[in-house]
Amino acid sequence: MASITLKDVVKRYGTGPKANPVIHGVSAEISDHEFIVIVGPSGCGKSTLLRMVAGLEEISGGTISIGGRVVNDVEPSERDIAMVFQNYALYPHMSVFDNMAYGLKIAKVPIDEIKTRVDKAAKILELGPYLQRKPRELSGGQRQRVAMGRAIVRQPQVFLFDEPLSNLDAKLRAQTRLEIQKLHAELGVTSLFVTHDQVEAMTLAQRMIVMNAGRMEQIGTPDEVYHRPATTFVASFIGSPPMNLITGQADGSRFVAAGQTLALPSAAPRAGEMILGLRPEHAELSRNGAAGWPLKVEALEMLGAERLVYGRVGETLFTVRLDATLVPPKVGDLVTLTTTPEHLHWFDAATTKRV
Amino acid sequence: MVERRATLGLLAHAVMILGMLIVAFPLYLAFVASTHTAQEIVQAPMPLLPGSHFWDNYSAALTGHGGGAGSNAPVGRMMWVSLVTALVIAFGKIAVSLLSAFALVYFRFPFRNLFFWAIFVTLMLPVEVRILPTYKVISDLGMLNSYAGLTIPLIASATATFLFRQFFLTVPEELVEAARIDGAGPMRFFWDILLPLSKTSIAALFVIQFIYGWNQYLWPLLATTSEDMYPVVVGIKRMIAGGDSGNEWNIVMATAIMAMIPPAIVVIFMQRWFVKGLVDTEK
Amino acid sequence: MEKRVRFNSAWLPWVLLTPQVLIIAVFFFWPAAQAVLQSMQVQDSFGLSTEWAGLENFKTLFGDSAYLESFKTTAIFSILVAVLGIALSLMLAVFADRVIKGALAYRTMLIVPYAVAPAVAGVLWVFMFSPSIGVVTYGLAKFFGFEWNHLLNSTHAMSLIVAAAVWKQISYNFLFFVAGLQSIPKSLIEAAAIDGARPWRRFWSIQFPLLTPTTFFLLVINMVYAFFDTFAIIDATTSGGPGRDTVIMVYKVYQDGVKGGDIGSSAAQSVVLMLIVVALTVLQFRYVEKKVNY
Repeated sequence: MASITLKDVVKRYGTGPKANPVIHGVSAEISDHEFIVIVGPSGCGKSTLLRMVAGLEEISGGTISIGGRVVNDVEPSERDIAMVFQNYALYPHMSVFDNMAYGLKIAKVPIDEIKTRVDKAAKILELGPYLQRKPRELSGGQRQRVAMGRAIVRQPQVFLFDEPLSNLDAKLRAQTRLEIQKLHAELGVTSLFVTHDQVEAMTLAQRMIVMNAGRMEQIGTPDEVYHRPATTFVASFIGSPPMNLITGQADGSRFVAAGQTLALPSAAPRAGEMILGLRPEHAELSRNGAAGWPLKVEALEMLGAERLVYGRVGETLFTVRLDATLVPPKVGDLVTLTTTPEHLHWFDAATTKRV
Repeated sequence: MVERRATLGLLAHAVMILGMLIVAFPLYLAFVASTHTAQEIVQAPMPLLPGSHFWDNYSAALTGHGGGAGSNAPVGRMMWVSLVTALVIAFGKIAVSLLSAFALVYFRFPFRNLFFWAIFVTLMLPVEVRILPTYKVISDLGMLNSYAGLTIPLIASATATFLFRQFFLTVPEELVEAARIDGAGPMRFFWDILLPLSKTSIAALFVIQFIYGWNQYLWPLLATTSEDMYPVVVGIKRMIAGGDSGNEWNIVMATAIMAMIPPAIVVIFMQRWFVKGLVDTEK
Repeated sequence: MEKRVRFNSAWLPWVLLTPQVLIIAVFFFWPAAQAVLQSMQVQDSFGLSTEWAGLENFKTLFGDSAYLESFKTTAIFSILVAVLGIALSLMLAVFADRVIKGALAYRTMLIVPYAVAPAVAGVLWVFMFSPSIGVVTYGLAKFFGFEWNHLLNSTHAMSLIVAAAVWKQISYNFLFFVAGLQSIPKSLIEAAAIDGARPWRRFWSIQFPLLTPTTFFLLVINMVYAFFDTFAIIDATTSGGPGRDTVIMVYKVYQDGVKGGDIGSSAAQSVVLMLIVVALTVLQFRYVEKKVNY
């Protein structure tokens, strides 16, 4: 059973009153075979969290369990995990074969067994012809595959990925993403994947953990996170272009924001100071005069299959995504923005949490 | 470079050749002198082309049958002493320093900073500054006239430790982490990963320490009194004690040439690593 | 030191450090401490009794004209060696930078003096300049009517040891300058050329300033070299003569301590040397460390 349990995990640098907490109590239950992506901006603590699971960082508070066993004080090599690093971390003076075999050699696995496992991994990752080469003779993508091969041969309970795609160019990234998906489908090993790229998160995750400033803002499937973001942070972090957010006073079917009174297609869940969210693809534009929100168009981006319209509702910048088949407005036009009730997201202005 | 002017190119070559000549002249002269008889040299000016006594002179020097007014110790024996000294110093220093640098960089332990500074201090003071007390220590330990006495005090400076430390600091951290996850303990990491990566530094330090050991003069002067434990650089000076006409300059020069060969071989063959390592690590 | 990955072991680092610590304790710190101690003691001529003398030895030292002379001699010697050594190697390095054909041959040839022991270098140069049989002496007399005799003339003696010392140091300085020049981005030089700067000007306005850290580093290294490593050269060529005119400080330590048997004075001299070297090294460390983050 390769489940992972995080319970109130805390990380502090330094001790005593000057201690600097970087992770403020994260709890999550990850089941066997799950592919979990930890996503968030730089500095949010996602790598630190991953490294605590790996045993490369000390845990200041709370517990981490792998396969039902608390591993707070267990050495990395005893946790039955394997890790793929952002910079590949391949041993430069060893061949591809030796790089993959190193961990097994230390564990005193018999030579035939080592050979079998390495060959199998090489086959899955198409590294067969490169087994005797040194890392410096390989391309970035190939090196990353060797790093994954090294993880696979150990047949661990858990795979840990620390931003493995960040050093690859765009095309290679997309390709490797598919390979990782394929790998998971084939091997089914519980995986924790850290990235700052929300596209990677959305495409790879079965569930994802969205982190910000050391806190877990939401854990859920890509669908849940996209359609029911738990906080304004998640709402604006996931989805590109980001969700439009406007702060104001809600009162029944009216929303007063920055001097403008906007009519709402349905009543707000409660009165008071709220943040209203609307995704760019959920808005429609029509000629000025119709019932809706007035939008002054400031810029247009033609992206081939779709168009992005940037404009202002009052003072707030709004982005609207239009299908390319529709006739776009012109810069300077005043148009009306409408939407339907189910596309409105409401957040408490003080707590930024979903209402 | 940037301009293609012929004159500048010619000037560059001219300067280089001049430089080379100045550097090479004493060496050439020494070689020429080592192939003539003593009389031919003493009659000024000495001939500027090689003579015919190559084998006579060199074999006389090696076996100690020079017959000059200065020391006549067999050069063969002295070369051996120099060789052993240089090799022991080079290997000894490298081995000891690899271990200390490893401890200083990859472990956390109380007083670590203290040890670091203590070792760093030794960088600053060469043996010449503490010759007499060090002599007394050696003498008290009964290490005079021995290889141990010639070599161990010279292993005491921490140049190599410092250089290895600088190098270790440039090894990417992920390699250590990957090794930890692979289950490698510290010594395993040291042997399987750190050492292979340090090859260039080790090669460069070998050249530097070999030459340092081979060239030692003042310390052996004190630490040995018997002729059969003199390194060749000490022996050669003793050979010119007889005054200009009393010395057998041909033998002296033959000795000089022989004394230069092992270090020159080491430098020339390991040139690539040595130059890279010296400059990269000394900074 | 920044945050680093570390291994956890209570006993292993101690074991690893032991060989080095043992050696430096016995052969460095103990003798160094002894030297400091002895510098503050006076031994009678038979070495039978020692008396505490405080700073007496130092006072005597600085009142001794022979010692002050050696101070001066050392200063002149080291400055000459450092400046000449650096200037010549820099010139060679700059020209070597331009040459492509035969570059390896030139470089190999120029590195060879590094392999020559100072003692051997001394012997070679004293052979060339021997007043009676030296080839260069002969040439100087025949072509320039110049009588060379370093056994009688102190300026000649000083020139001889400076020449031998510089000859030996060229390689080392040369290597560092070549590396320093190569680390200057070619684009800077090309930009200057486009701006109209000729080679001579480019050297002074771009290459030389960017070589300042290297130059400073070598200045200190050369001075320390001149202080200590040249002992063998002096012993082989002039033995400090004529009279005392080429006695540098480290040579005097040897003369007074080993030949003369005056432990206290010799130790005091050692301590003074220690302080000078430490000062130089600290200076270099501070300055170079700062500049290197350039």
